[in-house]
Amino acid sequence: MECVFGLVGNGFAIVAADTSAVHSILVHKSNEDKIMILDSHKLIAASGESGDRVQFTEYIQKNVALYQFRNGIPLTTAAAANFTRGELATALRKNPYFVNILLAGYDKETGPSLYYIDYIATLHKVDKGAFGYGSYFSLAMMDRHYHSGMTVEEAIDLVDKCIMEIRSRLVVAPPNFVIKIVDKDGAREYAWRESVKDAEVASA
Amino acid sequence: MARYDRAITVFSPDGHLFQVEYALEAVRKGNAAVGVRGTDIVVLGVEKKSTAKLQDSRTVRKIVNLDDHIALACAGLKADARVLINRARIECQSHRLTVEDPVTVEYITRYIAGLQQKYTQSGGVRPFGLSTLIVGFDPYTGIPSLYQTDPSGTFSAWKANATGRNSNSIREFLEKNYKETSGQETIKLAIRALLEVVESGGKNIEVAVMTKEHGLRQLDEAEIDAIAAEIEAEKAAAEAAKKAPPKET
Repeated sequence: MECVFGLVGNGFAIVAADTSAVHSILVHKSNEDKIMILDSHKLIAASGESGDRVQFTEYIQKNVALYQFRNGIPLTTAAAANFTRGELATALRKNPYFVNILLAGYDKETGPSLYYIDYIATLHKVDKGAFGYGSYFSLAMMDRHYHSGMTVEEAIDLVDKCIMEIRSRLVVAPPNFVIKIVDKDGAREYAWRESVKDAEVASA
Repeated sequence: MARYDRAITVFSPDGHLFQVEYALEAVRKGNAAVGVRGTDIVVLGVEKKSTAKLQDSRTVRKIVNLDDHIALACAGLKADARVLINRARIECQSHRLTVEDPVTVEYITRYIAGLQQKYTQSGGVRPFGLSTLIVGFDPYTGIPSLYQTDPSGTFSAWKANATGRNSNSIREFLEKNYKETSGQETIKLAIRALLEVVESGGKNIEVAVMTKEHGLRQLDEAEIDAIAAEIEAEKAAAEAAKKAPPKET
């Protein structure tokens, strides 16, 4: 039921993820941020087993930071993606992590990039990618409307189209989404798309 | 006495651990390092022995950061320093991962000192031949700190301290001239202290400054030269003032 998708535009990469934390039939919370800011110019959108998701992405984040302190320069997006994939691969035949990841980053030399890393350590560099049941709808939408070199406005429009499609066609569609963007100015939150806000506590 | 330097774990009859004392000797031979704590800033300065002409001096960094808010300078065996610094950097990230909190300066100092102590009580290893000066800001209160560790594994907090060559003279100078300062004044005090034992000039000292907002910043040669020039001017003015009064009588 978790939906994560992303695409690369002109000088930026954008990722969107649903924000529901679900346990069987219970929705724990509907504002769970599943897109972690890995470092100043990288985003990691993760979906899957919630314990693994947090543990694994935090582990990657701290190792990326350690690399930067040790070497004085940050990892490139490609290097971070390969490192992440390597960790998943090492754990796969012993103690696998059930986490699917879209890693978006911006490097000064090579521009924006998006990496598709699934839980069995597949690594692909892609222009657009998606995970979860929502991917049936978002990938189809992106296949239809994506072109290389989209502007931020065009990309957001496409993201909104995908969210609309997921909301209307997926049986247990997540109500809220968060959108984050990474470009030359860094990685940051772009917007939320909420159709259900947590109810205010009624005053006595 | 020769029999008691062998195994590190052996005390001498008069209660010395000679290997640790020899490690302290190694520190005393290392280049001078000074640290000064201000109210909103901490400054580290290290003597730079003249770099060989063909050497790329950018690869010889004597003041390093352990985390966004912690920096370290040391005197002694630089190769040993690499090992300790690496372990400390790992510990900084490990701490963040397990307790979701950045380390405090005291925590990481205690960790480094603990590591140094371990190597004074194990078989087949020698102590780390370096003393460190660790500076940083508390991640929540923003209070600056300066700590020092030595090969024996002891550590304590200081307002200002020096280690390495001629550290006694630098410390005497600091004891005489220390007062609570902030910003540029603290930087000047650190450089003045270091210039007591080092030839003047930006080429011979490396200075780094840490603030809560901007983290660690290495001062470039031009900046150091400018401050050193200011210090020289102030010294000259003070000398002139000393000579002037007799004329006024």
